[in-house]
Amino acid sequence: MTTANPQTNETVETIHEETVETNHDDHGHHEQPPKGIMRWILTTNHKDIGTLYLWFSLTMFFIGGAMAMVIRAELFEPGLQLVEPHFFNQMTTVHGLIMVFGAVMPAFTGLANWLVPMMIGAPDMALPRMNNWSFWILPFAFLILLSSLFMEGGGPDFGWTFYAPLSTKYSGDSTALFVFAIHIMGISSIMGAINVIVTIFNLRAPGMTWMKMPLFVWTWLVTAFLLIAVMPVLAGAVTMVLTDKFFGTSFFDAAGGGDPVMFQHIFWFFGHPEVYIMILPAFGIVSAIIPAFSRKKLFGYSSMVYAVASIAILSFVVWAHHMFTTGMPKVALLFFMYCTMLIAVPTGVKVFNWVATMWKGSLSFEPPMLFAVAFVVLFTIGGFSGLMLAMTPADFQYHDTYFVVAHFHYVLVTGAIFSIMAAAYYWLPKWTGHMYSMTLAKWHFWCSVISVNVLFFPMHFLGLAGMPRRIPDYNIQFANVNEIVSIGGFAFGLSQLLFLALVIKCCRGGEKAPAKPWDGAEGLEWEIPSPAPYHSFTTPPEVK
Amino acid sequence: MKRVLYCLLAALMVPPVWAESMRLNMTQGVTGISQEVYHLHMTIFYICCVIGVIVFGVMLYAIVKHRKSKGAVAANFHESTKVEILWTLIPFVILIAMAIPATKTLLAMEDPSNSDLTIKITGSQWKWHYDYFDKGVGFYSVLATPRDQIENKQAKQEHYLLEVDKPLVLPTDRKIRFLMTSDDVIHSWWMPAFAVKKDAIPGFINEAWARIDKPGTYRGQCTELCGKDHGFMPIVVKAVEGPEFDTWLASQKQAQLDAAAKAKAALSKTLTKDELYQKGEKVFLAHCAACHQPTGLGIPGVFPALKGAEIVLGPAEKHIHIVKFGWPGSAMPAFGKQLTAEEIAAVVTYERNAWGNNVGDAVQAADVDKVEK
Ligand SMILES: [Cu+2]
Repeated sequence: MTTANPQTNETVETIHEETVETNHDDHGHHEQPPKGIMRWILTTNHKDIGTLYLWFSLTMFFIGGAMAMVIRAELFEPGLQLVEPHFFNQMTTVHGLIMVFGAVMPAFTGLANWLVPMMIGAPDMALPRMNNWSFWILPFAFLILLSSLFMEGGGPDFGWTFYAPLSTKYSGDSTALFVFAIHIMGISSIMGAINVIVTIFNLRAPGMTWMKMPLFVWTWLVTAFLLIAVMPVLAGAVTMVLTDKFFGTSFFDAAGGGDPVMFQHIFWFFGHPEVYIMILPAFGIVSAIIPAFSRKKLFGYSSMVYAVASIAILSFVVWAHHMFTTGMPKVALLFFMYCTMLIAVPTGVKVFNWVATMWKGSLSFEPPMLFAVAFVVLFTIGGFSGLMLAMTPADFQYHDTYFVVAHFHYVLVTGAIFSIMAAAYYWLPKWTGHMYSMTLAKWHFWCSVISVNVLFFPMHFLGLAGMPRRIPDYNIQFANVNEIVSIGGFAFGLSQLLFLALVIKCCRGGEKAPAKPWDGAEGLEWEIPSPAPYHSFTTPPEVK
Repeated sequence: MKRVLYCLLAALMVPPVWAESMRLNMTQGVTGISQEVYHLHMTIFYICCVIGVIVFGVMLYAIVKHRKSKGAVAANFHESTKVEILWTLIPFVILIAMAIPATKTLLAMEDPSNSDLTIKITGSQWKWHYDYFDKGVGFYSVLATPRDQIENKQAKQEHYLLEVDKPLVLPTDRKIRFLMTSDDVIHSWWMPAFAVKKDAIPGFINEAWARIDKPGTYRGQCTELCGKDHGFMPIVVKAVEGPEFDTWLASQKQAQLDAAAKAKAALSKTLTKDELYQKGEKVFLAHCAACHQPTGLGIPGVFPALKGAEIVLGPAEKHIHIVKFGWPGSAMPAFGKQLTAEEIAAVVTYERNAWGNNVGDAVQAADVDKVEK
């Protein structure tokens, strides 16, 4: 996913001139990046930073995935075999934190960095220095989080939701590191979001009116507002956890006049919009890919925009559906049930629109389309189980079981992550200037889509049969299904190595990609050559 | 669309293969409410299936018929306000149709009034305490699966990890109100057969209720991550008919009175160090080893070691105080209310002399009784 490799790109060689290591944000003075490690550390270029984000996210995806492998290996059969329960809890916790904050969110930020300026006809992001900063604090946040695993007493073990008082009075000293790491991730996300908003508001090419913006830009704009609204809430929650644990406050301790349930309200007020932060950009990606490979305009563009906006607004009034069992008053239970069910309406509209886009199109199934179609089907399955979970009385049976684990993995893995894969396959030629191996990509797709269903589909049954989540050991009746799930897990994990191989191969070389490798693709990013020049649009393009 | 076929196929093939070992669907349960919840679950499931078949069906048709490779030429339409309104309104109507029964069931579930019996359930790391309100009966219910089965040294039995030393005994055909709370972190009491799942929250009390239709033994688990042994705090309910329950309750009350008298008598007894040590070892393994480990080494950075610990080697009084009243601000609970003075004396003696601690003294029940907060 690196930009042009100077060794293999003649264009680069011919116009290359010696550049100085300074004035990187001074656009137009030079066209080429400096060489060596300092290029990456000092870069203010949106493509370099996008590349850094994407590689970082891929690294985290494999680290978090390795933890998932530990979890699935322990759960392969009943009894304790590989790890102690205390370590098992650290694995589930850090797996969740890494996948949410380290894999999915940075991947979307990386995509935004790469694509938003190109899609709106801008030369770069509006705030390039801040852009550098918002990426480079991220590796430190995760170093801190991961190093806490090696502390005496281990890393965070209270679930990624870190409910008090388990995370306060009853947690280990590594909680301080956990809090610090979350703070840094939050700052990084907020800076990234500000940059996206400022860029979209100020740097659109002439004629790029709001209702002409590609849906990826729209969804990211909404996502950025969600981020700015809720990341400070998360920061507040972790700070209160910190002071409760180390400085004697009692925000979440009933004995001191606090309330442990208040923690959950604060956390999920962040947590639910966070769910949409991880899915709205996916909607944008799929809304770009499906029309391209259907060779037909996106059906219902404006209703897509309104649906995204209404999902975002609704996401602020449904948080307590994660807390139906905490003993809320009847009125609250009903309110949150109704609001949650309501989210099915705009989400349904989006799915119907995608299907209508495919209807009577001229379809072909290159790898981006394969992942996009799988996204629509499997995300919808996650949506169905979400609708079931919204029904409060039924939720009393589903809550905190593997049914929930199945649900959110359908939404996050076959939803968010599949969309990221689709995006990578769609824009890799633009990023690297090379076509990738279609055969390898198709192998990756079929291995992934089969194994991911072997991994997550049976989890629905485990949950319905009564297996709680976050347990290191289980009754023997669950043994067969857990075995199948684990096999699916290992297969899915291994399949991702194909993706890694493909991406590395594609960065190093391959058949030269034309400016527009997909005949049905639309958008400004396809009007510039592949690989995209270091500065996308130095003179704004005209949008009709 | 192979994946859809695959999913359907997997779903269809699943029952015959797995049916003997695991129920695949939600339990219908043994209460009126749990039946209602089950039917709600099935209704919404069928609705999702129908929508799924229509949406995926249309998509599948497009995938098969509207392929470029088959010469399909893209149509030009990309907008229709009429269609958009239609597929906004239809789901909306379906949702309202679903919300009505859901609301009804929910309101019934949330009405614990006019109950015949109240059980106070207290979660703590990692056991449940059941208190028959105003009946003078209360006890702890702890995992009964032997450690050796968990560590794969022994064959696992049918109710592996879902068995307890003393089940919660409840009468059928009476409205039972549950009050949930916790002594430490948040736990959640889940009995699938009653469709009851409520969080046990420290400092707060939650309510739920059940009217059991059928006698039998029902099993569940704690469903809120509550620390290291979250997976090892099962719930077992034994439902018996009313008269049998009344007899059981009376006998329990008598047994608890006898036990209290015995504990009182034990205060004046003096046991030898060996007797205390042996008894203490059992108490330690049942109540303390989960955190401090059977080796007395604890888990560094999480649960302190007792081997060579200052408090254990120091004056007995302080040691007893911590066991009896807990250590505020830490995970160490007050054992004064779940262990008798004799048991505390035994376990303290054990800790002071095990693992090479060799303090050499023997703590008697009377010593424990003397220590006050
Ligand atoms: Cu628990």
